[in-house]
Amino acid sequence: MDLILKSREYRKKILKYIYKAKAGHTGGSLSCIDILNVLYNDTMNVNPENFKSPDRDRYIQSKGHCVEALFVVLADKGFFPETDLETLCQYQSHYIGHPTRKVNGVEQNTGALGHGLPISVGTALAAKMDEKSYRVFTLLGDGELPEGSNWEAFLSASHYKLDNLCAILDYNKLQITGKNADVLNTEPIADKLKSFGWAVREVDGNDTHKLKEIFDQLPFEAGKPSFVIAHTIKGKGVSYMENQIKWHHGVPTVEQYELAISELS
Amino acid sequence: MMNDIKMLTQGLANLEVFAATLESLATVDRNITVVTSDSRGSGKLTPFGQQFPKQIIEVGIAEQNLVGVAAGLASAGKKVFAVSPACFLTARALEQIKNDVAYSDNAVVLVGISAGVSYGALGTTHHSLHDYAVLRAINNLIVVAPADNFETEQAIRQAAALNKPIYLRFGKKNMPLDIAKRYTDDTDIPPQVNTDLLNEIRENLCFADISGGRQVSSVSQNFQFGKGRIVREGSGITFIGTGETVLPAFEAAEKLATEHGIQAKVVSMHTIKPLDYELIKAIASEGKPIITIEEHMINGGLGEATASFLMQNGFRNSFKIMGIPDEYTVTGSQNEIFNHYGLSKEGISKVALNLLK
Repeated sequence: MDLILKSREYRKKILKYIYKAKAGHTGGSLSCIDILNVLYNDTMNVNPENFKSPDRDRYIQSKGHCVEALFVVLADKGFFPETDLETLCQYQSHYIGHPTRKVNGVEQNTGALGHGLPISVGTALAAKMDEKSYRVFTLLGDGELPEGSNWEAFLSASHYKLDNLCAILDYNKLQITGKNADVLNTEPIADKLKSFGWAVREVDGNDTHKLKEIFDQLPFEAGKPSFVIAHTIKGKGVSYMENQIKWHHGVPTVEQYELAISELS
Repeated sequence: MMNDIKMLTQGLANLEVFAATLESLATVDRNITVVTSDSRGSGKLTPFGQQFPKQIIEVGIAEQNLVGVAAGLASAGKKVFAVSPACFLTARALEQIKNDVAYSDNAVVLVGISAGVSYGALGTTHHSLHDYAVLRAINNLIVVAPADNFETEQAIRQAAALNKPIYLRFGKKNMPLDIAKRYTDDTDIPPQVNTDLLNEIRENLCFADISGGRQVSSVSQNFQFGKGRIVREGSGITFIGTGETVLPAFEAAEKLATEHGIQAKVVSMHTIKPLDYELIKAIASEGKPIITIEEHMINGGLGEATASFLMQNGFRNSFKIMGIPDEYTVTGSQNEIFNHYGLSKEGISKVALNLLK
């Protein structure tokens, strides 16, 4: 199945399990799913067979709340049966509302913001120390950029010349209160990251073809960590959810759910 | 008797023992990795950095990143010691300790240096009187405060082998080589404590082999996380100390024996979590008073953990928690602060005599 069709299937499954669980981060999962799609189906060397191998590529999702996107992709890759997701957020389920290592395929327990990047820096550092060739990918949310720990980690990644590290910003420009620019302006992001010693590229983060092209160029510069500003649309793929703050963690009604599925079919 | 005390205090700073033990471990294990936040000097790790430049990571003064990076390194198979002053490590980076280390089960050894009131007159910003309380409330984290050089060396070696999240804290004042060992004869006295001793540690000789001394009957020479160590036997009252308060507790016990003929049992409860309930139960069953002594605020530390166990198990021993009260801490050196709040030979023996009235 090509990547475009995969993204469509993933979106339908994200909505299915959020609808069923009556909980989830809908808008953000729909904005970042194309990025996960390309990483897991094209870019990264990780699968259920090599998941215990010290040489696998790592994916650490810093914006942990968009776990539905991750769970749907991991299920598709065969890390666990998709039917497990029927228990999402249910009593005694391992499939909670944030990534947890109790779920096969998840590298780190995340959910508190500003944590994924420092852990990724440590993991990428270990590869350098051991002269291993694995790479580390982390997905950041735009709302979590103000966390100071990110900026501590930006500094250390370039200090240690971690060109085996790639941070991807799911830049849908909205967070729970409103526009990033109104909540707390973080622009100019590209200039900031460049001045912190990162190699920066910008891409349409909902275009799987362009994402693949960008990831194929990694590392962007030898001796520098790579930063991808992936311009995305929150709620991407469902007309009435796109760019609407209320779908940050909105759960569709049955009518809304059916409309969304028909739009994606 | 006073000679015993004199000898006992002639050890090294636990901090120095920690650094030398790490050097010994790193020699044989290239995965031993130290992460520092501009703290290698205060952690006595400059020689480590010179000897093992590829096994030390500097993150600058950025404690959140220190712990996050340490978690990432540990997840990739490194045996990581994240070293930073206890005050900053366990407050600034508390969320990273909770999530990235404990919850994600990344086997980082968190090392809180210059703990408690070691920084003395530098004041509250530099004191860690909250760390037991906050870390006790985090699942999947062992909390340890070694009392003497022997316990420190053992704690470091065992932490490196444990492969579990753990927090160790100690200060920078000289501590006894081994509180449980008594020297009643000049020939038993260990060689002068100096850099030669540190070199022996670096060469992988354990304290048990080099500190000499005569073992007093039934005191434990074993060190195991989660198992309190009886460092002095006695049946009149029990002092349960942890970290650098075990020494004044021991001295108070000697004073009570000399001046009042009261024999106090002294326990080094080096592991705050998981607490050694079995030992506390055995002690409480003797029916004698119990005093806990800690370099920590009286809220939420060793004392309250002990009290909770005693109450919930029907024990009604006379009981007193000694520590730093919930107030702006008095200005002074570590010694002066200890004396001010009665965490001293005089203060502890006075409280003991009151409980025994």
